[in-house]
Amino acid sequence: MTKYYNEQVETASRDQMFYIQSLALTRKIKQVYENVPLYRQRMQEAGIEPGDIRSVEDLSKLPFTYKQDLRDTYPYGMFAVSMDEVVRIHASSGTTGKPTVVGYTKRDIEMWSECVARALVAAGTQKNDYIHVSYGYGLFTGGLGLHYAGELIGATVIPVSSGNTARQIQILRDFGSSVLCCTPSYALYIADTLREQGVDPGELNLKAGIFGAEPWSENMRREIEERLHIKAYDIYGLSEVCGPGVAFDCECQNGLHVNEDNFIIEIVDPETKEPLPDGQFGEVVFSCVTKEALPLIRYNTHDISAITRERCNCGRTLTRMHKIAGRTDDMIIIRGVNVFPSQIESVLLSIGEVDPHYLIIVDRVNNLDTLEIQVEVSERIFSDRVAELERLENKIRAAIESVLGLSAKITLVEPYTIPRSEGKAKRVIDRRKDLH
Amino acid sequence: MILKQVSVFVENRRGRLAEVTGILAESNINIRALSIAETTSYGLLRIIVDCPLEAERILREHGIAASMTNVLAVNVPDVPGGLHKLLKTLSEHNLSIEYMYHAFVSQKDNNACMILRVDDEEKALSVLTENGYTGPSFIN
Ligand SMILES: [Zn+2]
Repeated sequence: MTKYYNEQVETASRDQMFYIQSLALTRKIKQVYENVPLYRQRMQEAGIEPGDIRSVEDLSKLPFTYKQDLRDTYPYGMFAVSMDEVVRIHASSGTTGKPTVVGYTKRDIEMWSECVARALVAAGTQKNDYIHVSYGYGLFTGGLGLHYAGELIGATVIPVSSGNTARQIQILRDFGSSVLCCTPSYALYIADTLREQGVDPGELNLKAGIFGAEPWSENMRREIEERLHIKAYDIYGLSEVCGPGVAFDCECQNGLHVNEDNFIIEIVDPETKEPLPDGQFGEVVFSCVTKEALPLIRYNTHDISAITRERCNCGRTLTRMHKIAGRTDDMIIIRGVNVFPSQIESVLLSIGEVDPHYLIIVDRVNNLDTLEIQVEVSERIFSDRVAELERLENKIRAAIESVLGLSAKITLVEPYTIPRSEGKAKRVIDRRKDLH
Repeated sequence: MILKQVSVFVENRRGRLAEVTGILAESNINIRALSIAETTSYGLLRIIVDCPLEAERILREHGIAASMTNVLAVNVPDVPGGLHKLLKTLSEHNLSIEYMYHAFVSQKDNNACMILRVDDEEKALSVLTENGYTGPSFIN
């Protein structure tokens, strides 16, 4: 069984990777400077010439790009090649206004397919597998992204696309689907429907699932694995960078390997925008140094993660990124520490006794920030012993302190007392904003 | 002698306790014993009612955290040393009491009724029965 799709790259030494990345970066900077007015203008404003970028170490000299830049140059203004060379367009629907349009040359499609192929192989997919693609086909990158990679490794691809769950299940049963590709929430929906129809997941040929396109927790992973009798792998990507396959889980499920020969990852401080040391959480920035049609440089995703460059137990040396911990928009700074509601949520989930109905209240008393976390008492954790409830409070307090390095006041509150809007609970009240 | 106690999580805010007792009153549920364990931010209301299953269901329907626990209701002779004798019997059999309170039901005989939460109610039941203790008549 093949363990890697591209062993040479996936297990390259850090020195080799530095060389591969630096070579690609210096070439790409010259190309975008010459072909994309936005980059030329920004670099000139920053007083930088392409010759100033000689290795990955010079990356932080370059200005950032943002989603807004793509909107401002809608639809093709940031493309670095002529439209003659563009063979495919994808687009993501913007929540406000215009969609974000991305383009691919023939070689971009090949590079992207290889990135996803590495993810498929890392999830144990082989030629004799049946890849059931339930991501949407169309302008969304999910469906075609997985499809091309499945064909590239020679597996049998079943392009089911999204929706029509009854048909999905018929195909899962009759076609022998062995690898399911969809969003994690749809995987749970399929599990629910199987149960309703009285189908035992053990009867299916499924062995693995490759899930992405939305954030999901480790608890959700365990639930999917138990309910569908599969191993669940995360795949990360965003259409601006290429689509799914920017980073992927291996069998260790201990951080997502970044396809960093194509996408150089940096973590920067959300406030100062300075690069952060490995292990610290901050904004994820990608430079797409091998892409031809839309090579975004220092693209700030506003996703929050941390990286490690240590060799993984799977043998890969590709930098690993932590599961996305949140978005910059959600970040709160408490006593100088960057805190994301999702970090608190995962602490509460890991305690296992708590339903994640919580409210974070930040205030300032005598010039000192205070953090209070209200947690709803569910039937599951309710005890008629005060000592039990106090033990739970202490357990949560200790877990929060070890993860955030911050002391918090834990308050147990009655069920349904935390305000909910449109089904989704409001997570943070920052009273410091009213102090001015 | 064993009966179901309903425990209710109640935040310390004005009028909240009355809301809970109001819900029970509206549903015609009679409270026969009650105690409150308090912390600075919340309290645990423990009640003995005539229909605990119904009480738990109704409270949960109102979004209130409630659960049922087995407790012992024991008649204690209303004489000096009556309570001491009961506690001594339990401690001699290595049974520990987590909490106890008094039921406020008036009884015709000369007994007081204590509600006890012990670590092992099955064992406590047999110990108390062997030592001639009985439960109050309102259980049945
Ligand atoms: Zn690995």
